[in-house]
Parts: sequence; C-alpha cells; structure tokens
Amino acid sequence: MDAEVRVAGRGPTGGGDAGARAPEVVLGPLAGDLAASALAVARRFAAGATMWCCAPQWPAHAHHLAVEFVHPVVVGTRALPAVAVDDADPVAALRALAVAGDVLTLIAPADDPVAIDTARRASAWGVDTVWIGGGPRPGPGAADHVLWLDGDEGATAPHAGGFVLLYHLLWELAHVCFEHPGLLVAPEPAEVGTTCATCADEGVLGEVVAEDDGRTSVRTADGVGDVDTTLIGPVRPHDLVLVHAGTAIALVAEAGDR
Amino acid sequence: MTEGTDFLYPFIDAGEVGADRLLADLAASAEGKAQVSRQLALATIERDDAELDGVARAMAERFAAGGRLFTFGNGGSATDAATVASLFTRPLTGPPLPARSLVADQAVLTALSNDVGFDLVFSRQLIAAARPDDIALGLSTSGNSDNVILAFGEARRRGLLTVGVAGYDGGQMAASGDIDGCFVVRSHSTHRIQETQAALCFSLWQRVQTHLEGSHRP
Repeated sequence: MDAEVRVAGRGPTGGGDAGARAPEVVLGPLAGDLAASALAVARRFAAGATMWCCAPQWPAHAHHLAVEFVHPVVVGTRALPAVAVDDADPVAALRALAVAGDVLTLIAPADDPVAIDTARRASAWGVDTVWIGGGPRPGPGAADHVLWLDGDEGATAPHAGGFVLLYHLLWELAHVCFEHPGLLVAPEPAEVGTTCATCADEGVLGEVVAEDDGRTSVRTADGVGDVDTTLIGPVRPHDLVLVHAGTAIALVAEAGDR
Repeated sequence: MTEGTDFLYPFIDAGEVGADRLLADLAASAEGKAQVSRQLALATIERDDAELDGVARAMAERFAAGGRLFTFGNGGSATDAATVASLFTRPLTGPPLPARSLVADQAVLTALSNDVGFDLVFSRQLIAAARPDDIALGLSTSGNSDNVILAFGEARRRGLLTVGVAGYDGGQMAASGDIDGCFVVRSHSTHRIQETQAALCFSLWQRVQTHLEGSHRP
C-alpha cells in the first residue's frame, strides 16, 4: 500500500485526484529505516567511529555525504570524521583504513560488484554498513541498514535529488540523536555471522590475512588471530571464511559465484 | 548537551528512557522533511517552468552547435555540480553530451588556489578552456560564492551561455547582470535548497534532451 501511495505521489503530474491536498506520503517505511540507521550511526560516532563513504559509480555522492559530517551546514553542530573513499580499488583502500567499530556508507545500485564485495567484507572487519540506493533492492542481509528508493524514483534518485535527500536526512537525524546522550550507548550487538552446519553454533565471518602451513591468520570483527584451515584446504589472502571455535569450517563463495 | 539543532526539533525532549520514542520521532521528522522537500521541488519547477524551458532550449542550441557544459560550485554544490555533469555525459536515456565539472581536478584546483587565489579557481579554468559556444552552470546555495560570481563574469565576457542555480533570496547571483537564466530556490534550509537544486538541474537536463530530439526530427 505504501508503495502505491509513493508511486501515485511522484512527479509533477502525480497524485492530482480532484484537487485533494492531503500531504502525500513520500518515505513511508523508509522513514523508519532512516531513523534506525541514524541512531546506529550516532552510536558508532559517539564511540569514536569514522564513517567511510563509498559510491563507486557516483563518487560525487560519497564526497557530498562526507562533507555533510565534516563541515556541517548548521552552525554549532559538531564536526565528525567522515571520509570519501574514491580510490581505484575501494576494497583494498577500505581494508587498510577501516577498523572495527567504524561505519561504511555505500551509495550504489544493488548489483554494484564493489558495493557487494565491501558490504560483505565489512562484517569481517567489524564495520557497520549503511547502503543507500534505488531500483532493485539488495538481498536480505546485504548490509546492516538498507535505505532504498523504489520504482521510478529509485531510477532518477542519483541525479534528481533522491540520494541527496536520504543522506541529508541521515545527517539531520543522527545529530538529533546526539542530543540524547543517554541513548547513545548501544545495546549489546547481535552476533554477526552464520550458523555452523554441524553443531548449529554460531560462526563468524573472517578475511584471510596470510597463510602459512595450515595455520592461517584471519581478521574478524574481534581482531586478527590464528585459525586452523586444514578442514577447508588451501586458502589465499583476502578469502572469506566462516570461523568457528578457532577453525575455519567453510570457504565463503566469491560475491559473483552466487 | 548541544543546542545546535534544538530549534529544528522542538518536539523532542531529552528526558526519555529507551530509544523507541526517539526512533518514532525521528521517523516522523524524516517523513515531514521529505514532504517539505518534495513540495519545494514541485513548486519551484512549476514556478520556473517557462524559464527552465527557455534556458533548456538555449542550451540545446549550444550543444547542437558543438558547445560544452562547464559546471562549478563549492562544498555540497561542488559535488552537485559534478553530478549534473555526469548526468549529461552518462545520461539515463538519450545521447551523451559533453559536460565536465571544474571541481574535478585536484591538481588544477590546488595549483590555482595556491598561486592565484581561491576566488579565481573557476574563472581561470574558463579562460583556459572555454569557447563562445559553451555553457557555464554554477551552483551556490547563498548565491554569493565569490569564485562562482567571478566565473559568471568571465563566462559572460567570453560569450558563454550562463546558468545560475541559487538558494535563499538568490544573493548576488539573483542581481547579477552576467547570468542569462538564474533559478532561485526560495527556502532557508541549505539541505532543502540543495535537494531542489538537484531536481531543477534534472528537469533542465530532461528539457535539453527533449529540445535536441525535436531538432533532429525531419
């Protein structure tokens, strides 16, 4: 129903029924998504996070998002560390730059290979992800927070102001959260990862740092540690593995293999 | 407690426990702001319909004659200028058109800033690159950015078509004799202004495409 309301309300000729002037719903459920992501972002900033901003196809949006936080338009609001990543290889740059507790905001279509790759690696790095986009949606669990514009509005959003509106609102709402210091301490985060197929216990995603004779150093949200990879065979640096009780129990397929 | 944005959110009190109330207020606030943004964009484009069409027609004539589009601005307007340029070069539909942002090259930008001053970063690039058939499109929410104003003056001297996109009361851009078409987004919020400026530029691009299609018909 919300989708229909939003479709009807789009564009200069939309929603013109019999001169009705009731305010049209613009965001619908997306407003709640924005609220949740703004609080999550504010909590991470309060704990010392840097926000990495990456828009592989539209680098200008990454820069616009970053400058909102670094040099706020509202006088008196605090400057926060947000950085646009427009490196030729954003995954390599983020691997070196991002640390556990940071935030990665992606502005990209659901099928953008760089966005898909960085979003899944972010959980191994301990980095929260906010994915802003339009058109067909990313799959469930692709990012911690998905802020998405559907339909025609999603198609024009990169150029007609839709994305600008979303990250302006993300900034505005995050700064409201800073006025509620008591709410800026996050509750214990849910464990990120997938369940072990054998014992139904939790596994966590890890990224291989280096491999040496069956003992492999792997980076997870908790840091870099030794992991036994004999079960899954040879691994290479940057492979993603599922780690359970100090053992790699599965090699996670490349983003493109699924 | 920071007071910086309190005036924007008078309905939020700082005393509640638990995030549910805050989240509900944030969602209501987001929806309200999005509606204001939508209404401002629709009203501005409706108000400027005739002028948008006239400017788009003039731009289409320049493109048809081999002209190029140069865009510029500062901060968020710099990135929006880059977005406008990319819309023309990598359009959703229709033929690509030559456009580039004068903020894109960090070597040029820092060399000019360091050697001749930030006020001249755009006008100096127009001196180097612009031809009389070209188009200069500058964005400034205040309408008062010195480097944008000086670029319009240089563009006018060189015969370019000049298009301005401003906010608030239009500032110096609204009063400038160097701008052929100046669109002013009348709001007091920098964010809402930028959102409507993007919508205005998108509408301009759509109209340029329409005029170019029309001129190619037998």
